[in-house]
Amino acid sequence: MDINDFRSIITVMGLLSFLGICAWAYSRHAQAGFEEAARLPLNDDDLPASMRRQEQEGRQNG
Amino acid sequence: MQSQATYNYKVVRQFAIMTVVWGIVGMLVGVIAAAQLVWPELNVHEFLHFGRLRPLHTNAVIFAFGGCALFATSYYVVQRTCHTRLFAPALASFTFWGWQLVIVLAAITLPLGYTQGKEYAELEWPIDILIAVVWVSYAIVFFGTIAKRKVSHIYVANWFYGGFILAVALLHIVNSAAIPVSFTGMKSYSAYAGVQDAMVQWWYGHNAVGFFLTAGFLGMMYYFVPKQAERPVYSYRLSVVHFWALIFTYMWAGPHHLHYTALPDWTQSVGMVFSLILLAPSWGGMINGIMTLSGAWHKLRTDPILKFLITSLSFYGMSTFEGPMMSVKTVNALSHYTDWTIGHVHSGALGWVAMVSIGSIYFLIPRMYGKTEMYSVKLINAHFWIATIGVVLYIASMWIAGVMQGLMWRATNADGTLTYSFVESVKASYPFWTIRLTGGVLFLTGMLIMFYNMVKTIAGEKAYNAPVLAPAAAH
Repeated sequence: MDINDFRSIITVMGLLSFLGICAWAYSRHAQAGFEEAARLPLNDDDLPASMRRQEQEGRQNG
Repeated sequence: MQSQATYNYKVVRQFAIMTVVWGIVGMLVGVIAAAQLVWPELNVHEFLHFGRLRPLHTNAVIFAFGGCALFATSYYVVQRTCHTRLFAPALASFTFWGWQLVIVLAAITLPLGYTQGKEYAELEWPIDILIAVVWVSYAIVFFGTIAKRKVSHIYVANWFYGGFILAVALLHIVNSAAIPVSFTGMKSYSAYAGVQDAMVQWWYGHNAVGFFLTAGFLGMMYYFVPKQAERPVYSYRLSVVHFWALIFTYMWAGPHHLHYTALPDWTQSVGMVFSLILLAPSWGGMINGIMTLSGAWHKLRTDPILKFLITSLSFYGMSTFEGPMMSVKTVNALSHYTDWTIGHVHSGALGWVAMVSIGSIYFLIPRMYGKTEMYSVKLINAHFWIATIGVVLYIASMWIAGVMQGLMWRATNADGTLTYSFVESVKASYPFWTIRLTGGVLFLTGMLIMFYNMVKTIAGEKAYNAPVLAPAAAH
């Protein structure tokens, strides 16, 4: 096989996998996972002040 | 709760502070270079000549300022969204000191005249090897942290950071391949020759824009915009398509830097077509970032950090529209080699890259010291307006100068001779170079305000390391 055939195949496969990814991303199957993932940074409380409060509450309870 | 493990904030803190420091250094060198164009007498010594300061400026702002911002934010985001400490903390510490060493070596060798002569890859081979070692360590720390994550999903910001780290490793190692001929003389010759060398260089050069200056900073966008707006990203599925579309198309766009050269014509056309296609994912990403604010637009009025983040996205949209247009061969025939290119680069570099970094660093610095806010929110606001006016002056003056230069260079008389000599276009550019210098000085002033604000925020505070939190239960 000519190396250029190989190059063409790789290019076409690249396009097909991209289209596959698009189809998967817009499928209903992926939706639930995406919603959970999108909340990841927001469900993580990174404000130092509120952490101190949590720690204090933790100490009082424990 | 037992005494808890804490996130590794130390390396984040170090990189965040150095982002501001190197930002000032790199932009100061840029301001000096801009002043040298207005007053050539300022080229006082060969070490401080425009030709040597210009690569120092580009390396300092891209790799020192931008690089430190990327290290700081990626180490922060990957820990927080994976709910685990950084993998291999000693190696993470090595990436900090190694990267600082690279920057210092660049600041010494470039003025001395040691260069490979490849744009954005000027550093000579011993430094290139150090960069490769630091970068592989970075990849180990980053992907090691992802591997030990406590949540099932890898948040989209980490995909962008991961893509950026892998692509930059590939680009740097391939483009820097060279035959060293002297260690003490710091001299090497490229492993490639002729037009292949040019193509490899601009495959690297454009992907440095696509992956170093875009994918990594989009990682910032996908974490800090939702965080600061307190809303989830507008469309997560769009962010997935955005990521893969960028990955599949950016690698092909490099030839647009070599229009009308010895590069085969079909290769130029492929580069142009893929550059035009790039408009779609770029704008998809920009819309995704800006629309994250939908329903919370009022926050823009009061929150200067959000102003930085959202304005950066507007500039991202502007420059990713301008870029594809400039890659069209007929437009490029006018714009190439003129100041229009410089204007385009700075609309991306100052408007997008610097502003999204500045917003993210303002978010990070108080958190690194157990605070919720910077010392002065008013000063952040002042910084925002001074920087925005600076960018607008910079890019508007370069657009006008660039189009004027392009038109003057191509103008011919009826008998076919050139209407203008080159030096006439130089003379006509002076007023615009002065306006550009003013824009640059304003942007630098903003960075100095940021430095003052940072020092006041940190002064007297103890370094803080937040406890590692268990992931919130899925609902």
